[in-house]
Amino acid sequence: MANRPAPWISRLYLGTVAALALTGMAQMPIFKRYYIADIPGLGWLADYYLTNKLHYGLAALLLALCGFALARWLLDWRRRWRLTALGRTRVLFLAGLACTGGLRVLKNRPDWSFDPFTVMLVDWTHLGFAVLLGLAALAAVVAGRSAFARPRG
Amino acid sequence: MSLTKKTVLSRRGFLRALGLGGLSVLAPAAVQARAKGSEHELATLLDLSRCVGCGACVAACRQGNAPKFPEPVKPFPAMVPARSKPEDWSEKREVDDRLTPYNWLFIQTAEVDWKGERVTVHIPRRCLHCVNPPCANLCPWGAAGKQDNGIVRINDQVCLGGAKCRDVCPWKIPQRQTGVGLYLKLLPRFGGNGVMYKCDRCHELVAQGEQPRCVTACPFGVQSIGPRPEMIERARALARDMDGYIYGLEENGGTNTFYVSPVPFDLLDAALAQAQAKGPGRPHLGTVADSMADESNLAWATLLAPLAGVAAGTLGLIAGSNKDKEDGHGE
Repeated sequence: MANRPAPWISRLYLGTVAALALTGMAQMPIFKRYYIADIPGLGWLADYYLTNKLHYGLAALLLALCGFALARWLLDWRRRWRLTALGRTRVLFLAGLACTGGLRVLKNRPDWSFDPFTVMLVDWTHLGFAVLLGLAALAAVVAGRSAFARPRG
Repeated sequence: MSLTKKTVLSRRGFLRALGLGGLSVLAPAAVQARAKGSEHELATLLDLSRCVGCGACVAACRQGNAPKFPEPVKPFPAMVPARSKPEDWSEKREVDDRLTPYNWLFIQTAEVDWKGERVTVHIPRRCLHCVNPPCANLCPWGAAGKQDNGIVRINDQVCLGGAKCRDVCPWKIPQRQTGVGLYLKLLPRFGGNGVMYKCDRCHELVAQGEQPRCVTACPFGVQSIGPRPEMIERARALARDMDGYIYGLEENGGTNTFYVSPVPFDLLDAALAQAQAKGPGRPHLGTVADSMADESNLAWATLLAPLAGVAAGTLGLIAGSNKDKEDGHGE
């Protein structure tokens, strides 16, 4: 048995989350300030609208992956696999990111409006979950237990 | 007049806010949501045929909002890297021919030839308070927000002065003052650069049922304020009566400021360009597409994506199971 239920999902997840982290950081005015956008080929990182749209698209891809993995987990994988502690932690942080990100997406639509304090709380919480997910992923890699699940028994 | 008491953000408050943010996710009922552009939003109507450019609105704005103006700490922190330059208007507070952190409203003047006459049009310029404001939508720190009554405000206790709001604003309205704000308590040399300032539509007066200072100070009744649907009707009626044109109704997907002019706005915009009256702190009058239109469409993708993923995961498994049965492996 492989050490992951579906290795292709792991690879796609890693690439998507890394790109989300990059486009998420690009929402802060740092890439131009710190000359990163001056590196040939990286000028797009200073385009707030472009990186925001990419962030939306990547979020849709991650949510599709999560939906796929959830369906497979409930119908199949959970009989043969179980989540590790760090896996459960990261699932929790991903759920938090998805919920707060979803609220931000709603807030940005013309037909939804949240009061400024709520928006600020959601923004900070989204940022907080992103930092926590990054720290949990780092801890998992350092501990040599980056897989979310391990075989039962 | 009483201004609302400023609240200072402490580390404890920051952490409490983070916790409350998590709770707000768990309790959607606590999130106050209401459609943007509803009848609860206030809009202003500016009849440019009445404006003589006397500057009474500008003076009233400067005087009334003076307690909100920045008092920067000097010398400014040396910025790293050096490409980040301080923006200091504190020694030029008297400037009133453009937008600055100390001047949230100014008057542009355009001279155009229209219908065989030389016409002079004065245009009070400030934040238009967009219906779906990109400054509030894209601020990564939640410092810019839109109130229930349509006012778009920047929280000077939270803003770090990154100026993203100015970059994404179609009219580049917000203006930065260095040496003030939260960034001084965080990493003043490495992140942030002050606080962004712009018209807040005298929010403290509006909250008490009063009108913004620029509206009440005008001796010629150029401006009026009221519920958005009513002001749209009045703007359209006024444009019909003067055979004029409206700016702000469709721009950037709609704003809560409607200019009505007897002269087409593309001519006024061209006249401003010719007079070199456009540029930093001096917004244009050109057409503006909806900045958030693509995000509004992409929102559907994020909504449907998890459902598509669940469907793919489920159907793929069923298809695989059927194939196994046909191959004789499912018994």
